[in-house]
Amino acid sequence: MMPAVGCPAVVPTAPAGDPWRSHTVRIEGIVEEIPGVRTYDLRFLDEAVARGYRFAPGQFNMLHLPGIGEAAISISSDPADPARLAHTVRAVGNVTDALARLQPGETLMLRGPFGGPWPLADRTGRDIVLVAGGLGLASQRAAICELARQRSQYASVTVLHGAKEPAGLLYTCEYRAWQEAGLEVRSIVDGPPAGGGAAASPGWDGRVGLVTDLLEELTILSGQATVLCCGPDPMMTAVARTAIRRGVAAEEIFLSLERNMACAVRHCGLCQFGPVFVCQDGPVFPFAAIERFLAVAHL
Amino acid sequence: MQRENHPAGPGRCQVDGSPQAAVGDWVWLNVADLQLLIDALRHDGRRVVGPQVADAAVVYRDLERAADLPRGWIDEQDGGHYRLRRDEAAGVFDHVVGPHSLKNFLFPARETIGRFLREDGTWRQLDDLPPEPPLAVIGVRACDLAGLAIQDRVFLGGESVDPGYRRRRESLFLVAVNCRRAAATCFCHSTGCGPAVSAGFDLALTERDGRFACEVGSERGAAVLATVSAATSLLACSHDEVSAARGQPAALEQAMHARQEEAGQPKPRSLNTEGIRDLLFDNLEHPRWEEVASRCLSCTNCTLVCPTCFCSSVGEVADLSGDAVERERHWASCFTLDHARMHGTSVRSSTASRYRQWLTHKLAGWIDQFGTSGCTGCGRCITWCPVGIDITEEVAAIRDTAGQKESPA
Amino acid sequence: MSTMSTESAMSTESTEKPQQAKPKLAVYKFASCDGCQLQLLDACGKLMQLADRVEIAHFLEASSRVEPGPYDLGLVEGSISTAEDIERIHAIRKECRFLVTIGACATSGGIQALRNWGQIDDFLSAVYASPETISSLEKSTPIADHVPVDFELRGCPIDPGQLLELITSVVLGRRPKLPSQSVCVECKSRGTVCVAVARGVPCLGPVTQAGCGAICPAHDRECFGCYGPAEAVNLVSLTSFYEQQGAPRDKLTRLVRGINGYAQAFREESNRLEATADGGAKGRP
Repeated sequence: MMPAVGCPAVVPTAPAGDPWRSHTVRIEGIVEEIPGVRTYDLRFLDEAVARGYRFAPGQFNMLHLPGIGEAAISISSDPADPARLAHTVRAVGNVTDALARLQPGETLMLRGPFGGPWPLADRTGRDIVLVAGGLGLASQRAAICELARQRSQYASVTVLHGAKEPAGLLYTCEYRAWQEAGLEVRSIVDGPPAGGGAAASPGWDGRVGLVTDLLEELTILSGQATVLCCGPDPMMTAVARTAIRRGVAAEEIFLSLERNMACAVRHCGLCQFGPVFVCQDGPVFPFAAIERFLAVAHL
Repeated sequence: MQRENHPAGPGRCQVDGSPQAAVGDWVWLNVADLQLLIDALRHDGRRVVGPQVADAAVVYRDLERAADLPRGWIDEQDGGHYRLRRDEAAGVFDHVVGPHSLKNFLFPARETIGRFLREDGTWRQLDDLPPEPPLAVIGVRACDLAGLAIQDRVFLGGESVDPGYRRRRESLFLVAVNCRRAAATCFCHSTGCGPAVSAGFDLALTERDGRFACEVGSERGAAVLATVSAATSLLACSHDEVSAARGQPAALEQAMHARQEEAGQPKPRSLNTEGIRDLLFDNLEHPRWEEVASRCLSCTNCTLVCPTCFCSSVGEVADLSGDAVERERHWASCFTLDHARMHGTSVRSSTASRYRQWLTHKLAGWIDQFGTSGCTGCGRCITWCPVGIDITEEVAAIRDTAGQKESPA
Repeated sequence: MSTMSTESAMSTESTEKPQQAKPKLAVYKFASCDGCQLQLLDACGKLMQLADRVEIAHFLEASSRVEPGPYDLGLVEGSISTAEDIERIHAIRKECRFLVTIGACATSGGIQALRNWGQIDDFLSAVYASPETISSLEKSTPIADHVPVDFELRGCPIDPGQLLELITSVVLGRRPKLPSQSVCVECKSRGTVCVAVARGVPCLGPVTQAGCGAICPAHDRECFGCYGPAEAVNLVSLTSFYEQQGAPRDKLTRLVRGINGYAQAFREESNRLEATADGGAKGRP
C-alpha cells in the first residue's frame, strides 16, 4: 500500500466557527518578485492561532485591510510550515494597491484558509504536470513545495510556466532549487504579434510561444498524467484541450478558477460560475465538471 | 389536550384542571385574541412585526395593535402592477404577499459583520456586535416558510454557518397564515411550496367566518398560547372544524390548478418545473436571453424582493482617522456590474448574461448548490418588476423553443 | 485561483503614491446654484476632523484666502456656460491632479441645460431687459465635454456622505466606493414600497443612479433622476411600459428631460420620445 503523502485528500474548505472571524498578521518581509508583484511573508500575532493554522496547496486566504477592503489571495508558501504564510500579489486594485504601500512590521487581518486543494494526495505514482500562466504560478507554488519534498512518490513532476514577457516569469530564482529536487521546469514567453519581429524581448534566449507549445512537446503527456493548471480562463481551456488530445482524461485535468468573492464560504453568491461556487466548490475543479460552462461566454 | 379526545364538540383549554393546548392541537382565536397574542409575544421581549397597510401596499412593520392588521384589504397583482382594494367582506389576512418577506428581517439589507480597531499601528478585530431582540412575525404564508427553509439551507446548511442569521433564526417565532385566495402572480401550487402551511411554524392560523383556527406547531407556540389563554378562555377546535380548516387551503390549491385565463383579468401564473435544471443549463445560449434583455432594466428589483435571493457584498465603513472600521454586509444583486467584477470589468457585462445568471441560478444552479429550487412561487419578482417581466413566461418561452441557439454575431 | 485580486482596477495616479504631505483641496464654481458647495460646507463639521490630513487651499465660498496650486483634489461645481468658463476649466484641469465634478450641473449640464433644446436668443430676450449685455454660450455643457474628468460625484445636490467618502478615499489612497446601480436598490434596502408598481406613478428610479437614499419614493413620490443615469439603463423599455400603463407621452418626455436631462442616456431617450410622438420631431440638441 502506498504510504500517505502530503496533505490529506479531504481538507476543510473553511475554518471552523464564525467565517467572518479574522486574525491579525504582521508583515515580516516583502520581496519584489517582478515589477508590480510582491510576495508578502505574513505571521500571526496570536501564537495559538499560528499553532492551529493548517492549509493545503491550492487553498487561499482572504486578506483584509480594514477601511480599504478584502481580497482573495492564494497561499504561495510551503504547507509544511503553515505558521509562515507567503502571498504573491499583483497591485491591480484598491486592496492590492494599498497592500503595496504597506511596509514590513505593519499589520493586516487574515481569514482562512478557504477552498479545496490541488488533488496531490491521491495522485501518487502519476506524472504530474503543472501549467501556469503569469501569476497563476503563485497558486501552484505551495504544490511545488509539496511535490519537491515528496518527489519520489510521483513518476515525474513538470512545471510549465508561460508569461507575456520575460519580466512576467515568476520565482525564476527558485527554478534551480526545484530542478535539484527533481522537478522539470520549462518556461516560455508570448510570441510577438502577428507580422512582428521574431524576438519576444531583447536579451531573452529562451522559448517564445504559448504555454500549450511546451505542453505539446511533453513526451510524458499521456493517460498517466495529471494536469494542474492556473491562468486566465481561455488559456486554461486551451491547455485542457491540448491535454485531452494527448490522452489525458478530462477528470485528470484540474483548473483553478478565479471570480469575484466577498465571503469565501458559499454565502455571498458573487463567485458563482454556472452551478458552482468558486470559493468552496473550487477554486480547483476537474475540467470535466466545468467544461460545458467554460464554453459559454459571459457566464 | 388532544383534539382526538374531543370528537363530539368544542372543549375549553383554560378551564381549571384541563390541560393546555399542545403541539398538534387546534384552538379557536377570535379577532380580539390576536391582540392578546401580540401582547404575549411582546411580553416575552420579542419584537413583533406583522402585515399592515402602508405606502399603498401591505408591508411588514412593527406591530403593537391587532387593529393595525390589514382587515378588509385585498391586493390585485399582475406584472409590474400592485393595487390595494378595499373589500369590507375580506378578512384580516385576505391580502396575499406584499413586497416584504422574512428575508428583510432574517437577512437584513445591511448588517455589521465585524468591527476593527487600530491601536499603536496594530489592527485587531473586536468581539462585540450589537445585540438584537428576538423577533416574532405574524401573517407568514406557506411560500414565506418555504423561502425561509431555502435560506436556512444557504446560511445554516453548509460547512460554514452565518452567525447573524443563525442568531436571528433560532429565536424567530412564526405565526403562519393559510392563504384564502391567490393573486394572479401566485404560483406556489407549481413549486410545491403552498398554499397550505404544513410545517415550520410555531402557530398557524386559518381564518374561518371571522375567527381563526389556530394550529400549535411547536412547544414555543404552545407556551405563547398558554399566556393568551391565561387572559381568556380558548375553545378547542372540534375534529370536524379541524378537517374543515385543513380543507380550506387544499381547496385553494385545487382552484389554483384549475385557474384559466379570462379576458380582462390578469393571467393566472403557473410554472412547469419538470426537468427544469437541464432545460435551462441546456439552453444557456438560447435567443430568449437577448429578447428578455431588451425589456429587462437591470434594476435589481426581482432579486431584492425575492425571499430567497441571498447575494451580498461587504463594504468598509471607516471613521475619518481610518483607525476604527466597521465591515458592513449589504444586499447585492446579480443584475449589477459589481456582482461579477474582476480586474475592473464585469464578467457578465450584458443584461442578457445577467438575466440568464438570475434565472438559471434560481431554477437550476440552486438545485446543484442546495438540493432545492430557489423559487417558492410567491410571484414577487413578477409583481415588483417595474416592466412586468414574468419568470414563468420566460421559462415557458425557453421550454417551447428549447434547443435554439443565438447565432454568433 | 490566481493571486491577482478581483477588485476594481484603479486607473488614476493619485493612489499610486504614498500620501506624504497633506493633500491640497480646491473648490471651483461654474454655472450653478451653489447648492453643492453648501453641501460641502454642511459636511465641514466632519471635514474638520480631516483638517490635519487635508488642506483646504482654495474654497472661495468658505474663505477668501487662497493658497497657490497645484492641488491634489479639485472639486468643480457648475456647468460650462460662457466662453470664459471654457478657458478657466482648462486652467483648472492643469492645476488639479485629481479632478472631480460635483453635482448634476458639472456632471451633465444641469437644469440650465434645458436651454439646449431651445434658442438662446429667445431665452435672453424673454428674461433680460438688455439681452445684448449678456454673453453666453448657446448650450450649457458638462465639464467632461471640455476636459478629462477623473470622477463624477452625482446628485442635485450632492450627498455630503458621498463627498466625505470621496475625500476620505483620496486621503486613504483608495478608489471611492460609491454605488452605480439603480435607486431601486436603495428603495428595496430601506423597505420603501415601489411607487411605480403600487401607485402607477412613472418613476425614474429604475434607471437612475443610487446615492440619494431614495428620498423621493420614501415620501410617496417618483424619482426624477437627480443622480443621473445608472450604470446599465434601458430607458426605452421603462418609458414604453409606463406609456402602456397610460402615462402621457409628453409627461414622460418632461420626466426624462429634467435635472439630468442632458446626460447622454436621458437626452437620447427624451429626443426619441419626442421624435416618435404624434406630431413629429422637434429640435434636437
